[in-house]
Amino acid sequence: MRTLLEALNESLSLMFTLDQRLFSVAILTVRITLSSLALSTIIGLPIGTMLGLAGRIPARGLIMALLYTGMGLPPVVVGLLVFVLLSRSGPLGYLEWLFSPNAMILAQTIIALPLIIGLTMAAMGTVHPSLAPQLRALGATRWQSAKTILLETRHGMLAAIAATYGRIVAEVGAVLLVGGNIETKTRVLTTAIVLETRKGSFALALGLGFILLSLTFTANIILLRFGNWNDHKN
Amino acid sequence: MTTKTNNQALYQIENLQKDYGERTVLQIESLSIHRSEIIAILGPSGSGKSTLLRILNFLETPTHGKLYFDGTAVEDLPPMETLRRVTTVFQNPQLLNRSVKANVEFGLEIRGKSNYHNQVIQSLERVGLAGLEQSSASSLSGGELQRVALARALVLKTEALLLDEPTSNLDPYNTSLIESLISEHHQMHKSTIVLVTHNLFQARRLAQRCALLLDGQLVEVAPTNTFFEAANDTRVSAFVHGDMVY
Repeated sequence: MRTLLEALNESLSLMFTLDQRLFSVAILTVRITLSSLALSTIIGLPIGTMLGLAGRIPARGLIMALLYTGMGLPPVVVGLLVFVLLSRSGPLGYLEWLFSPNAMILAQTIIALPLIIGLTMAAMGTVHPSLAPQLRALGATRWQSAKTILLETRHGMLAAIAATYGRIVAEVGAVLLVGGNIETKTRVLTTAIVLETRKGSFALALGLGFILLSLTFTANIILLRFGNWNDHKN
Repeated sequence: MTTKTNNQALYQIENLQKDYGERTVLQIESLSIHRSEIIAILGPSGSGKSTLLRILNFLETPTHGKLYFDGTAVEDLPPMETLRRVTTVFQNPQLLNRSVKANVEFGLEIRGKSNYHNQVIQSLERVGLAGLEQSSASSLSGGELQRVALARALVLKTEALLLDEPTSNLDPYNTSLIESLISEHHQMHKSTIVLVTHNLFQARRLAQRCALLLDGQLVEVAPTNTFFEAANDTRVSAFVHGDMVY
């Protein structure tokens, strides 16, 4: 209990004194998380939508099995794979991304993609199969139908984005492997927590944990507000 | 583009066949649907009635044969302006997760119309849902939902209105209300109405002509009185008397 109170005190003092090191760690965390989220959303939402709405697609069973496996992909394995790809002798070694934020974004995007595709697909599954022809019968163009169906599933889509954000922001294994936890360069909140815990600075580690939670909470509030933007029509 | 002149017919069907894989679900040699008439399509479940409606609304294309709409052969997907001359009220209408008013506005909104507020309010008044404009569509009862579906179709004033079992799950009050709305709309706008129904009494009350579909084949089309009183085909006589014909 005492440690928790100290942690709360520590996190508040870190936030209010605008600790420079904490600030850079938090900014990098937000930058990497949002970049990975944006990439996985741009790639994953259309794929999930397409798979969710397509009635019959070849090898659907295989695609689903791969997707569900991907949703449970151990981040350390992804980190290792990206590490090998980006290492000097690896096929993408020429990029010189290893131990850089780009490597962390790449790993996070790979981890997030199956999740956002799978959850978008599930959100699309809630759409009644006859909605699309009914919209067409009312005179909607293909684009108008697609837009209307996407709006109908906006809450499910935002839940998919929120869950993906949660997975990315909380990830530690892969970013530790490919980022290296280098201060001011690749240290993010999760890797900083690991480091401070190892050093025995539990209060500081917990304080960083509170800040991480606050970031997640704020992001979810923004997403929820965004999700309700069209509800004025209700 | 093939054209055909028959001023009386809005739809003309010639040797139309629809297959799903190996199975033929619809095979109609010839059928004309006249402008401004109400024609009822009767038949047991699985006889191809709903498939016919989907073809008439250009949601499906025939496997073989020709469908003419307003004298022009419909190939694949017709242009949007043709598509918007027809609408369907489905047996299980799917409303959008929005307000009742937003649902009725939908077809007008996507057509780029403006200043339709009064039109929508009047349409809701006609279907007896005044005061529910701002209610969420998900909170409606079955009868109310069907009436909203009808209102959003009627407000479009399309040349052809296709109704797929519009009262199949409704109580007598809602059934009678919807029938009155269909008659009133027909009198006001002279739309061509194709009514698919199981309800023989409803067909008799509303339609000027009736047709019987059995196993995807058109058995007979006749003016309503002839259809019910003096049909040529014995299967039609049996069907209207409630005997098993399938």
